[in-house]
Amino acid sequence: MSRELTYAQAIQEALAQAMEADPNVFLMGEDIGVYGGAFQVTGDLVHRFGEDRVMDAPISELGQAGVAVGAALAGCKPVLEFQFSDFATLAMEQIVNQAAKLRFMLGGKVNVPLVMRFPAGSGTGAAAQHSQSIDAWLAHVPGLKVIQPSTPHDMKGMLLAAIDDPDPVMVFEHKLLYKTKGEVPEEAYRVPIGKAHVARNGKHVTVVATSIMVHKSLEAAETLAAEGIDVEVIDLRTLRPMDTATIIESVKKTSRLACVYEGVKTLGIGAEISARIAESEAFDYLDAPILRLGGAESPIPYNPQLEKAAVPQVPGIIEGLRNLVTGRT
Amino acid sequence: MKTPKTAKANARPFYQKHSAAELKEALRKMYLIRRFEEGAEEAYMRGLIHGTMHLSIGQEASAVGSTMALRNTDYITSTHRGHGHCIGKGADPKLMFAEFFGKEEGYCRGRGGSMHIADVATGNLGANGIVGGGLPIAVGAALAIKKQKRDDVAMCFFGDGASNEGAFHEALNMASVWKLPVVFVCENNKYGMSVSTERSMSVKNVADRAPAYGMPAVIVDGNSIADVAEAIEAATEHARKGGGPTLVECKTYRTRGHSRSDRNRYRTKEEIEDWKARDPIPHFEAELIAHGLASADEVTAIRVAAEAEIAAGIEFARLGTDPDPTEVTRDVYSPEAA
Amino acid sequence: MAVEVILPRVDMDMATGKISKWHAKDGEKVTKGAALFEIETDKAAMEIDAPSDGILRNILVGEGETAAVGSAVAFIYAEGEAVQSASPAAAQAPASATAAAPVSSVPTVTPPVASGETPRATPLARRLAKQAALALGGVSGSGPRGRILADDVRKALDSKPSVAAAAPATLSDDSIQKLYQPGSFAVQPMDGMRRTIAARLTQSKQTVPHFYLSVTATLDALMAARESLNAAAPRDASKAPLWRLSINDFIIKALGLALQKVPAANVTWAGDSILQHRVSDVGVAVAVEGGLFTPVVRNIEAKTLSAISLEMKQLAAKARARKLVPSEYQGGTSAISNLGMFGIEEFTAIINPPHASILAVGAGVQRFVPVNGQPSLATQMTCTLSCDHRAVDGAVGAELLQAFRSYIENPMLMLA
Repeated sequence: MSRELTYAQAIQEALAQAMEADPNVFLMGEDIGVYGGAFQVTGDLVHRFGEDRVMDAPISELGQAGVAVGAALAGCKPVLEFQFSDFATLAMEQIVNQAAKLRFMLGGKVNVPLVMRFPAGSGTGAAAQHSQSIDAWLAHVPGLKVIQPSTPHDMKGMLLAAIDDPDPVMVFEHKLLYKTKGEVPEEAYRVPIGKAHVARNGKHVTVVATSIMVHKSLEAAETLAAEGIDVEVIDLRTLRPMDTATIIESVKKTSRLACVYEGVKTLGIGAEISARIAESEAFDYLDAPILRLGGAESPIPYNPQLEKAAVPQVPGIIEGLRNLVTGRT
Repeated sequence: MKTPKTAKANARPFYQKHSAAELKEALRKMYLIRRFEEGAEEAYMRGLIHGTMHLSIGQEASAVGSTMALRNTDYITSTHRGHGHCIGKGADPKLMFAEFFGKEEGYCRGRGGSMHIADVATGNLGANGIVGGGLPIAVGAALAIKKQKRDDVAMCFFGDGASNEGAFHEALNMASVWKLPVVFVCENNKYGMSVSTERSMSVKNVADRAPAYGMPAVIVDGNSIADVAEAIEAATEHARKGGGPTLVECKTYRTRGHSRSDRNRYRTKEEIEDWKARDPIPHFEAELIAHGLASADEVTAIRVAAEAEIAAGIEFARLGTDPDPTEVTRDVYSPEAA
Repeated sequence: MAVEVILPRVDMDMATGKISKWHAKDGEKVTKGAALFEIETDKAAMEIDAPSDGILRNILVGEGETAAVGSAVAFIYAEGEAVQSASPAAAQAPASATAAAPVSSVPTVTPPVASGETPRATPLARRLAKQAALALGGVSGSGPRGRILADDVRKALDSKPSVAAAAPATLSDDSIQKLYQPGSFAVQPMDGMRRTIAARLTQSKQTVPHFYLSVTATLDALMAARESLNAAAPRDASKAPLWRLSINDFIIKALGLALQKVPAANVTWAGDSILQHRVSDVGVAVAVEGGLFTPVVRNIEAKTLSAISLEMKQLAAKARARKLVPSEYQGGTSAISNLGMFGIEEFTAIINPPHASILAVGAGVQRFVPVNGQPSLATQMTCTLSCDHRAVDGAVGAELLQAFRSYIENPMLMLA
């Protein structure tokens, strides 16, 4: 049975099903208990599972991350909610030096099965320290897996897969997606980590987009379809490990590649995608330079017009793709 | 003359509580640590191993006195100066040497090296190259213990320098708020690399920081295994019974430099000689003999056996298997998920 | 807002112009009315003045490059104005860009670059050109700054089905013309096909070591089989038979099967390696007005005679209409050239690279042959196989011919 849920409800349902299925799963974070989470993702889970399994933690991001690592080493499956992905910067030591590396440093003799959830992205007027997209930072670290589901369906399935996963998985959730709706099956299904999804078939240009940019790219694709430009949109879904094969196949078909992502353009995920295509057999199929549409080289501003201007928007995506397909770039 | 099984009634609790066999085993481990590090240092100087290492020579009493209280299902998190904790918790020196030599037979299959040697099977969750890195991890392991309703503990080794890290404060607070079974063992060897505690800490003792988190703390002579063990045993029992965390500060000293590149410019020769005179090993030997728990011949035999074990360990490591360079990315991810 | 600098028309019948010199560099200050660049025409160099004050940016057409009249060659920005990464014109154009068809804006077409320069081309364009043995120097680019796009290559290939590098001229036109009486000849311009034939066959004869093997096969059984198969052909609504097999169709099939039977001959020489092919693809020479084409019949081993026959008819029709696309004439390991219809009894053919062989098929001729010591009338044809000795040795070629003859003389084997 499937019915419509919001993205936030899909997360909550995945968390609840994971906790029901495995007593080792527990949630930790700031204000996730009776408050229900800053974005009401955990909601009333504390009433269903108790304070021991839906743990309010002190405002100690580094400490919480380390606690999650330690608990994971000792047999638990912690799911840690950061109030904003920006606060991962406070916990980088534990994420990058410990969670990501312990298995490797100990010769493969331990696992660190934890999940960290990061509400991310701009569009809420929360300004520079509460609006960043730092997914590519973490995707740079071997040992971590980084996912960015864009729909309620993928969110639930990938979060369940992340909780199953024996390795640390970082989940980036765009805050503007929390209220978006979509069909979600009731049962506890899995959507595999590491597999991109062709969200729209097209023949003139391949767009590889992440998170909310998948929706913006699909909207741009509809407008361009009326002009006879047929856009293929790939929802990358997982930044690491990246599903390069799906992108290569698509580019071989369309001969053009655009990467659309909210993180800062320079050294962002689009740089990696572009490089992989340039290094692959798809290079010989390119009939135009690769286009990257990413975030501005600036922090996210407060003023709403500036905030919009700092990340790719639909008209800019349309313009960029049109120029790419008509040979103007 | 046969040595008695336990000490006389007027001896301090440490010598009464433990059998002669247990105490001699403790001495053996202290020797193993000392010889292991001397052997490692020599191998380094001969160019047999690369990288760097942080020696704990002079601190063996705190390592062994602390880990004596633990069982296999208890956890420790260790530090960059962690060879002693590792041996104390029960690791095999030859496999540690193999790791030092970067061999597949090593505890971390040559991927970790000196700073990450850990025998996971004995509850060692890893030595840590990041000052303060292990503190929240120990709290997390203790949280798991509590959730799993076990009466094990997580023992967290750290140095005076780590107590200046934010992670220390976050970890102590969380352990205390949630009343978790953690024993925080501070090995205060007076220096964070070259900067003394006087120059880097606003309080005299690391233990002075515990009350801020509502946590009991004790200060002990870290060069006296009896002092260390008595405090740790009390803290461990307290934790096992659900009483929450304790901080034990062991005042001790490393007679070697911070690492291989240290030129000892920040401390005087007199200070080093003074602490060398307080070497925990002869001190422990003298007490064992004085209490009639071991003879001088037995002590010599323990030392000779430890030396032989270390020599054999180095030979084992030298003959180990070098990792295959094509396997550089092995164990970054779990195979079932990669 | 940036001011567009265009390539102006300075000559009556001028469609494109070549910029010979820029007087300012990208990022330099320019003054309205001062000379900005020079255009070279047949007659003279013209100096063009800057249309406004500001900073010169985005030079789209460099020195020595050519652009269409009216197209933007650079932009002048006000001081401090944000510089657009690409041509700002599109961004500034009001809604018209959205409303119009995306290809409505005329792209700058740059004529082929001078020889010696590496033309700008997309990876796909390069790849397509390489596959078709097309020199990019001869292709006009419609992309920004004259970049050759895949479509430009496709168009070039459509207009000249297989343009290869021009044949190396041993003597110049002039010096040859001087050998003849003036007025005693007409000069016919060379078209693409003639150039290709000249280049490829010269290359073949000069670089491929040919050797030749001949065999004579008796056709009587084949002709009988053909007659009965054609008689048995089903008919469509208008009573026309669905196939009419020619002797050539049998020859195609026989060579295809022989290549399967002797895989050592089903190869191509690839320089550093020899490609061993799994399928039998055979080119069949089709004479057309002014030259010939060699479309390839593919997967012969898997096709029936009637399928081959129909396909061959279609390919021949397309060849005569000059409508073959590269995928229809590229590849193959061998070829057939049949001059039997002209009464030629025996000849040798030049291998069409990268094929390893070509079969020259002569006319069917009635001869008395001894059968049990008595003369008996038989129809026979002589076929000569040219082989690339780099890839196919004498014995292998002989085996191929032997297999071919056995299929021709026992046509029922082709139906098995």
